[in-house]
Amino acid sequence: MNAPLTPTSDAPLVNATRFRRAHEGDWERLEAIVTRIEKRSIRSLSDDDLLALPALYRTSLSSLSVARDTSLDRALITYLERLCTRAYFQIYGVQTPVWRQLTGFFATGWPNAVRSLWRETLFCVVLTFGAALLAYLLIGGDPSWFYSVIPEGMAEGRDPSASAEFLRSTLYDKPKEGWLGVFATFLFTHNSQIAIFAFALGFAFAVPTVLLMLYNGLMLGALFEVFASKGLGPNVIGWLMIHGTTEIFSICIAGAAGIRLGLAVAFPGQDSRMDSVVAAGRTAATAMAGAVIMLAVAGLLEGVGRQTITNDTLRMLIGSAALIGWLAYFYALPTRRSALGE
Amino acid sequence: MASSAPVIDSLRRTFITPEGVDLKLELGSAASRASAFLIDMILIVVALVALTLALLYLFYAASGAGASGSSEAIAVLWLIGFFILRNGWFSLFEMGSRGATPGKRLIGLRVIARDGARLTGAAVIGRNAMREIEIFLPMSFLGAQAAAGVADSFLIIFALLWSGIFLFFPLFNRDRLRVGDLVAGTWVVRNDKEGLLADLVGSADPARRTFPRAALELYGVYELQTLEDVLRKENPDAVATVAQTIRTKAELADDGDDYGFLADYYAALCAHLERGLMVGRRRDNKFS
Repeated sequence: MNAPLTPTSDAPLVNATRFRRAHEGDWERLEAIVTRIEKRSIRSLSDDDLLALPALYRTSLSSLSVARDTSLDRALITYLERLCTRAYFQIYGVQTPVWRQLTGFFATGWPNAVRSLWRETLFCVVLTFGAALLAYLLIGGDPSWFYSVIPEGMAEGRDPSASAEFLRSTLYDKPKEGWLGVFATFLFTHNSQIAIFAFALGFAFAVPTVLLMLYNGLMLGALFEVFASKGLGPNVIGWLMIHGTTEIFSICIAGAAGIRLGLAVAFPGQDSRMDSVVAAGRTAATAMAGAVIMLAVAGLLEGVGRQTITNDTLRMLIGSAALIGWLAYFYALPTRRSALGE
Repeated sequence: MASSAPVIDSLRRTFITPEGVDLKLELGSAASRASAFLIDMILIVVALVALTLALLYLFYAASGAGASGSSEAIAVLWLIGFFILRNGWFSLFEMGSRGATPGKRLIGLRVIARDGARLTGAAVIGRNAMREIEIFLPMSFLGAQAAAGVADSFLIIFALLWSGIFLFFPLFNRDRLRVGDLVAGTWVVRNDKEGLLADLVGSADPARRTFPRAALELYGVYELQTLEDVLRKENPDAVATVAQTIRTKAELADDGDDYGFLADYYAALCAHLERGLMVGRRRDNKFS
């Protein structure tokens, strides 16, 4: 590396030039390989390139270290930093293939996330049914409370002044032929948006999420009271249960995800606040993604199943079966992690 | 596109690879993040319009052919398409191997996990679900109220304030983290693909200008690298100004070839400073 005292016409003057001449081929090959992976996939590489990739990556990384210490050519250092970063992400940061992520999600990720949220989920269930009971008692005592719980447009005539015949018809009559699919899809997208909100709003110390759960419960209780006061209690339970077990459960899980996030923000415990939020955020996001899937199932049950099945017992049976299925999947199924003793 | 933007030192973060080398990642600046988001929003709207037009065309084609039930299928498709565009656009693209939405790719950004591990689906979904409360919630709330004509000034102020806190959140922390990044443990970093720029010095040509030692003692590494930028950009005004400044300072005669003079001075200064590096003397700038 000694600089010659009397430079000949071809000898490089500075280290950067010497260094570039010695290694530029390797860098360019690595760049070509990385660009190919980024543009297509790792599968498009030839065997030679695939084998050469780790070695080229390490060569370039050591080039970077050397360049930082011996060269003053900023363009060279910047180039090597960017090249090594790109190569790093293709080697270490590469994503798991989609199908493996999906199977992992259904096999362990989702049930484990929901299981670890059991306290928050239980809290949300208690909150929802507590609020429902409250609304039931309040409206039973004074029907005018109904209007402060459910906005007029949403009740669609199902308020305390409605006749029993009308209420019965809303439970069993089929809507306009041919629009079941649209109805189911609309319910699914609407409820999913609520589930995503329940998760995201948790960031504000879980307060909006708790309010969302309470309001959900109040509406449930108000609707139930209207039907129950006209002697349609068991009928409305069947009407609600066929999809409601899945839907209410999933909203409770989404709420639990939000509450977990809020608790991690407010009470990080032993971890730093950042670490605690990240750990909670990833669990909660997994549970929320699962809640959206549950809502798709609920949308099918509500939009299609409920409109075609008008037998109360059958409706309740389907609802109970769905609930037992979800409970078994989340809490009873042995998973890899529980085998490790967690 | 943004690859020619200079490296901003305050946005560089230590990131040590398993091989023990610090990659000094460059975080995406708030401006580039915002532009990427705007591009994505425009693309989403364009995609939504295209979807709607395509479905309308299908609807008229189907009703012309007298197919029954087609309007229902089209309405279902539109609802699902809208849902996926709104909630899936960012997540689905970022879950791909590029870790970037089309907007981010155009600007030269990508999403990575802060701990350097793989970017998981849960992290991507988490960071994008937070967008709902950062932007969509206050905006749709405001939009609905404005459409109904009941948006009073208090509500508008509240919605703007709420959005403002989340929108400008990246400016309040040094890592330019969005609330979504905070929750998911992610970073948005620059992912430039610029090739290697040409070597400015080349061979030790004896025909070069030579400089007295005193002229080479004037500057340090910082000035050398600034000179490198000037030479690479080839802006005639800057070249003339810098050449004149150096000549005056070093008391050298003007030979009429500014660029040639600067190129030779750069080579000589670089060689001189490198000789210093060899013996452990790094001169960072002209003051040291």
